Amino acid sequence: MATTPAGKSLSVVAPQEDFDPGIAVVSTMSPQNPGLPPEHLRVTDLDPKEEKKAERLIALFFILSIVGSVFAAVAYVSFPIVSGDMQSVRNNNLFVGLGITVSLLGVGIGAVHWAKSLMHGHELVEERHPTKGTDEERKTAVEVFSQANKESGFTRRSLVRNTLIGAFLAAPIPAVVLFRDLAPAADPIAKMKETLWAEGVRLARDPSGAPIKASEVTIGSVFHIIPEGLAELEHHRLEEKAKAAVLVMRLPLDALNELPERASWSYQGIVAYSKICTHVGCPVALYEQQTHHLLCPCHQSQFDVTNHCEVIFGPAARPLPQLPLTVDAEGYLVAQSDFTEPVGPSFWEREL
Amino acid sequence: MSLSSRRSGRRHPLAGALLLVIGLFVTGGAYAATSAGIAYAESPPISQAQLVDDGEKLFLANCASCHGLNAEGTVAGPSLIGVGALSVNFQVGTGRMPMAASGPQAEVKPVQFTQPQIDAMGAWVQTLAPGPDLPDPRYYEGDGDVAVGAELFRINCAMCHNVAGAGGALTEGKYAPHLRDLQPVHVYGAMVTGPQNMPVFSDMNLTPKEKNDVITYLKYLDETPSVGGFSLGSLGPVSEGLFVWLIGLGGLIAVAIWLTARSN
Amino acid sequence: MSTTVENQTTTPQGPGMRFTSKAANYVDERTSASTAVKALGRKIFPDHWSFMLGEVALYSFIVILISGTFLTLFYDPSMTEVEYEGSYLPLRGIEMSVAYHTSLDLSFDVRGGLLMRQVHHWAALLFIAAIGLHMLRVFFTGAFRKPRELNWIVGFVLFVLAMAEGFTGYSLPDDLLSGNGLRIIDGMIKAFPVVGVWMSYLFFGDEFPGTVVIQRLYVLHIMLLPAILIATLAIHMVLLVVNKHTQFAGPGRTNDNVVGSPVLPVFAAKAGGFFFLVFGVIMLIASLFTINPIWNYGPYDPSPVSAGTQPDWYIGFADGALRLVPPGWEFVLLGYTWSMNILAPTIVLIVFLVLVAAYPFIEAWVTGDKREHHIADRPRNAPVRTAIGAAGVTLYAVMWAAASSDLVATHFKLTIEGVITTLQVLLILGPIAAFMITKRTCLALQRKDREIALHGYESGRIVRLPGGEYVEVHEQLDDYERWRLLDFEEYKPLTVRPNPNGKITAGTRVRAGLSRWFFEDRVMPVEAKELEGAKH
Repeated sequence: MATTPAGKSLSVVAPQEDFDPGIAVVSTMSPQNPGLPPEHLRVTDLDPKEEKKAERLIALFFILSIVGSVFAAVAYVSFPIVSGDMQSVRNNNLFVGLGITVSLLGVGIGAVHWAKSLMHGHELVEERHPTKGTDEERKTAVEVFSQANKESGFTRRSLVRNTLIGAFLAAPIPAVVLFRDLAPAADPIAKMKETLWAEGVRLARDPSGAPIKASEVTIGSVFHIIPEGLAELEHHRLEEKAKAAVLVMRLPLDALNELPERASWSYQGIVAYSKICTHVGCPVALYEQQTHHLLCPCHQSQFDVTNHCEVIFGPAARPLPQLPLTVDAEGYLVAQSDFTEPVGPSFWEREL
Repeated sequence: MSLSSRRSGRRHPLAGALLLVIGLFVTGGAYAATSAGIAYAESPPISQAQLVDDGEKLFLANCASCHGLNAEGTVAGPSLIGVGALSVNFQVGTGRMPMAASGPQAEVKPVQFTQPQIDAMGAWVQTLAPGPDLPDPRYYEGDGDVAVGAELFRINCAMCHNVAGAGGALTEGKYAPHLRDLQPVHVYGAMVTGPQNMPVFSDMNLTPKEKNDVITYLKYLDETPSVGGFSLGSLGPVSEGLFVWLIGLGGLIAVAIWLTARSN
Repeated sequence: MSTTVENQTTTPQGPGMRFTSKAANYVDERTSASTAVKALGRKIFPDHWSFMLGEVALYSFIVILISGTFLTLFYDPSMTEVEYEGSYLPLRGIEMSVAYHTSLDLSFDVRGGLLMRQVHHWAALLFIAAIGLHMLRVFFTGAFRKPRELNWIVGFVLFVLAMAEGFTGYSLPDDLLSGNGLRIIDGMIKAFPVVGVWMSYLFFGDEFPGTVVIQRLYVLHIMLLPAILIATLAIHMVLLVVNKHTQFAGPGRTNDNVVGSPVLPVFAAKAGGFFFLVFGVIMLIASLFTINPIWNYGPYDPSPVSAGTQPDWYIGFADGALRLVPPGWEFVLLGYTWSMNILAPTIVLIVFLVLVAAYPFIEAWVTGDKREHHIADRPRNAPVRTAIGAAGVTLYAVMWAAASSDLVATHFKLTIEGVITTLQVLLILGPIAAFMITKRTCLALQRKDREIALHGYESGRIVRLPGGEYVEVHEQLDDYERWRLLDFEEYKPLTVRPNPNGKITAGTRVRAGLSRWFFEDRVMPVEAKELEGAKH
C-alpha cells in the first residue's frame, strides 16, 4: 500500500536477514539514508495562471491529434493511387502517414505533458514484501501437497508413478513420426548428388533458354547459364536451377592452369563452373575479368578460375565444381556429363 | 602630410579605381579577341582525317606517357590497340582517364576534355586496329522494354552493381560503381568494352536491343521517385539497421528522457 | 445482499459519474474487478528513462500486431507461380510467386498498403533493438539478480522468439534478398551432421526452394510464434508486477521499498502517452523512409544475387560470424563431411547465447549472495560484471560489423580482405581489450565518486590563501546527492575452506578463483566514520 512520505525515516534491514549474503561485505558502519528529499513544486502547482496555460497547451495537442486523424482520412481519398504512377503511390502513403503521425503524437505529447505538469507531482513510497510467502502460507502449501500426496499415493505407489512417467515420455513419439510426410517419399541425399546436366545437354542462356555457340563466348566475357530445357520446365524449375546454374567464361589459354585430368573439360579456353557457392549456396556471380577471380557477394568467398576455382579467400572450404564442356556438331556448347561431384554447400553424406 | 597639400593634390580620389577598371577591360578584351579563334561551337566542320590527326595530337600530349607513343602500352598503362573509339568515349567521357593516381581502379573524376576532343582521340584509337565503335544512338535511346531490361539487369549486373545500381565491393579494394544518373552512351560503352575488371558483354551476349532494355531500366530508376520515401542510399538492411538504432531508438530515448525528467 | 458502491465524495453526482458508478458496480459484481483495482491501482513504479526501454519493445510489438493484421488481409503466402499483372512496370510479365505478387500489390495498389508494410518492418527492427538495449540495461544494472533470475530467462526466450519472428517475417515476400537468406539458412542446416539434409528436406518440403516453405513460415510468423511470444510476454509482465521494478539508489530509496509514481493516474498517463509516442515515431519514420524495397530485388531465383546482400540487422551477428571463418575449414572423417566452416561459428553463437542466458546463475554462484536485490547497481560499482558485459558487446559488435564488410570496404575505400582480416583479429583481441579498459575505467570512476563523496566536487573557484598558496575550493554535495554515491555494496573474494568432510573440492577452488577474478580489485564504499572525519 502506498503511504505518503513526509520525511519519514526508513529502516534498511528487514527481510534480508533471512538469506545468506555470500561473500558480500555487509557493513554495520554504513552511512544513514537521508530519507526522501523535500518536495519540489512546479510552476503549475504555484501559479494558477501557469496551470491554466498548461491545460490549454495539453488541449491544443489533443485538438491537433483530431486534426491529424481527420487529415489522414481525407488524404486517403484525396491522394488516390493512379496505377503505374509512382508519385501518386508516394503521395498517398506520405500524407496518410503524416496525418496518422500527428494524430498519434498529439495524444502522446498531450498525455505526457498532462502527467508531468498537472498531475500530482509527489513521489510516493510503497513497501516491498519478501517474495516468498509468509511462514503461514508456506506451511499451508506444504500441507496441501502432502495431503494430495497422501490421498493419491503418488510417492508411495511407485509402479503407478513410473508407468505414468513412461507414458508421458512415449506420448510425443507419434508427433515426431507425423513429420515425415512434410516432404515427398524420396531420398534427399540421392537428389543432392544429381543435376539436370548430362551428356549432350546444351548450355543455354539464363533466363531465355537460348543455346550458346562457342564462338559467341569472347575472352573476358561471362555468361549465366542454365541447362537447355530448364526454362520450359513446368515443375521443379527453381529446384533444378538451384543445382544446375552455371557460369561460363573464356580465359586466354596461357592463363589457365588446368589439372591434367581435367584438360579435356574446357574448350579453347572456355570453362564452365557451378554458380552455386560451396559455402552456403548463394550464387557466386561476380566475375573479375582481369584477375580471373570469382567473388561470392554473401560472405566474400573468392575462387580463382585459372586454378580450377580453388578457394583463395573467405569461408568456403571447397573449390567450385567444374562442368566438363565440349561442342556439338553445330558448334553449340554442350556438357559432357553431369558434374562429377555434388554441387553447392557441403553436407554430411557428401563423400559417400 | 598636411591637409592643405591633400586638397591641392593632382590625383582624383577615384583615380585608382578607374585605373583598375580600365586595366580589367583591356586585359579582358585582349583575351576575348585572341581566344575568338578557339570557339568550338562556331568552328566549321572538320574532316575525319583532321579529327584523327587532332586525336593523335591530344593523345600524344595527354596519354602517351602511360600508354606509349603508339598506344602500344607501357609498364604504367595497357595497350590501347584494338580497344576502339567506344572505350575512349567511356573512359575519357566519364573522367576515369586520365588516371590521377595509381590504385586498384580508375575513379570517376571531373571530365578533362570536351566531347569533340574525346571524339577525336577515339577516332585516332579506332584507326590503330578494329575495335568497338560508337553505337547507333537508337540502341541507347532508353525506349526499350523496361521489364526485360530489369530482368537482364538482375541476372547480369546486380551482383556487382546492386539491384538498384547502388554499387558494390569487388576484391582487393576494387568496386563496381553506382549507376545513377549516367549518360546512356557511357552505360552502353561499359557493357561493350568491359572496362578494367567488368566483364565484356559483347553483342552476342547481350544484343544491342537487350542493351537498350538495360539502359531503359536504369533510366526508369533515375526518373522514378522512391515510393517509400528517402531511400537511405538503397543499400538495404545495413543502412536501415543503422538508422533504426541511431534515429529510431536514439530519438525514443530522447523522448523517454523528456518524459521522466522533472517538470519545472 | 449485495451493496452498490457508494460515492464517498461530497461533490454532487453528474450524469457521467452516475453512469460510471453503475457500470463499475455491474462489472464488479461479476468479475471482482475492485480487488484488482485495489491491488494494482496505486502500485508504485519508479521513474527512470532507462526503465522505459522495455516499454519501447512492448509498444513496438503492439504496433507490429496492429500493422501485421492489416497486412494479413491482403497477403497470400502461396508459392504458386503467376505472371505479374500489377502496376509496377519493371516487373510486368515476370514470373513470380503469389506471395511476391501480393506483397507488390500491397505496396503499389492498396492505399496505405506500403505505409503499413513499412510501419510493420520498421517496428520490427525497433522491437528487437529495444529488446537488446533493454537486456543491456538489465545486465549492467544487475537487475537480473534474485528474485529476477527467472524473468531474465523469460526475457531471453522473448529475445530469441523476436529474432525468429523477424526472420520468418522478412522472408515472406519471397524476394531475391530474403530468398538468398533462406538459401543461406538451408546451406547451414545441410551442414549439420547426420540429420542436416533430412531437416532441410522436411522443412522445405522438397529440395530447395520447394513450393511450401513460405506458407510454413507464414504459419510460424502469424500464429505459432506470436502465440508463444504473447504467452511468454504475459509471464514476463506478471513477474515484473510480482517482483516490482528495481530502482536506482537515492535518498529515501531502500532495498525494501519502491519510490515513484502510482499507476493511476501518473504512470498510466505517462506509459499510455509513451505508447502513442512510440507509435507516432514509428509512423513518422515509415512515412518518410523506405524500408525493404522488394520491387528492386525481383522475385526469388537461385541464379541472380544483389551486391550488398545482408540480413536484417538482428541476424547480422550470425551472418558476420560466417564471414569471419578462414578458408578450408572442412574435413572428411570416416567418409563423413564435417563442415567446420559452418559448425564452428554456429557453436560460437550458441555458446555465446547460452552464456548470456546463464549469466545470472553464474554470478549468483560466484558471490553466493542469496539475498533479494531491488536496488539497481550503477555499472561502475560492479566493475568486472560491467567489463564482462563490455567484452560481450564487443564480441557481438565485431560479428555484427563483419556482416557489412563489403559496404564498409566500399564506403571507406578499403579492401574487403583488409576489413575481414582486421575483424578476425578484433574478434579475439577486441573483447579482451574491452574488458581491461572497462574494468579499469569503472574502478577509476569509483575512486572519483569516493573523492567527491568525501571531499566534495571541484567548484572552479580558485582562492588564494594568506600564505600565498592557491587552492581550488571544493563544494560539498548535499546529503541527498551524496547518498547516491554511498549506497552500494562490495564483495570480497572467497576464502577457501575445507568442507565438512575435510576436503577442498574442485568446485570450491573454481568458485574461489572466480570470486578472486571478480573482486580482488575493488573500491570499498565510504563508511560513516570516514564521512565524519572528512567533514572536519
